[in-house]
Amino acid sequence: MSTFETVAGIIADTCDIERDTITPDSHAINDLGIDSLDFLDVAFAIDKAFGIKMPLEQWTQEVNDGKVSSDQYFVLGNLCENIDKLVAAKTG
Amino acid sequence: MRLEYFQMVDRITNLDPAARTIRADCLVPDDSPVFEGHFPGYPLLPGVLMIETMAQTGGWLVLSVLRFARMPFLTQVREAKMRSFVVPGQTLEAAAKLVHDGSGYAVVEATLTSGGKKVAEAEIRYRVVPFPNETLRAQMLETARRIAVPEACFDAA
Repeated sequence: MSTFETVAGIIADTCDIERDTITPDSHAINDLGIDSLDFLDVAFAIDKAFGIKMPLEQWTQEVNDGKVSSDQYFVLGNLCENIDKLVAAKTG
Repeated sequence: MRLEYFQMVDRITNLDPAARTIRADCLVPDDSPVFEGHFPGYPLLPGVLMIETMAQTGGWLVLSVLRFARMPFLTQVREAKMRSFVVPGQTLEAAAKLVHDGSGYAVVEATLTSGGKKVAEAEIRYRVVPFPNETLRAQMLETARRIAVPEACFDAA
């Protein structure tokens, strides 16, 4: 299963969102309406599924500081790329 | 336990930051205004206070693992079960294991036992953030020392 399929399944299950409405272009907050508490559930499920620790605080800080657009971390296609990088870094 | 002050943990008996586990003793008081309403003529420790006891025990574990650098606030309780009544004067042992130390959040699995029998359990999640002010941090450190959090856990304090 691809990273996106896994993440989309997690979001659908965790946030009670129709799976078909979730695409790689979906923004987790702006398009899917996932609030911060639900996103913590999503983060926990992703961390567990991939054996990683997503640096959410760092990402949020970068967005709040205006260093990057929130799209870079919260559009699902980009989120999945970041997950893949974290998995690659873990496995060396 | 001083229920009316939400002081649920009397003493940490074992805290292993490496294993990410904690155990604590909690003695339910013989008397408390809480028992006047819950319930008249049949005093029981409210289930929400059993949950609070597990949440505080797990919270002390998270604080200790993070060397008191940040504060966990309760955000979610899942799969909570109250398996037995708990009465005034009963001794409880609270235990928790940190199952995930995420970025800005933490997840623990906690239990309450009495006489070797499990009386409650829950998965508890926290948002972990910088202390909102120095007053709270100082109070948490003072309480931690009173309930015997090991000195080794105060490195960053």
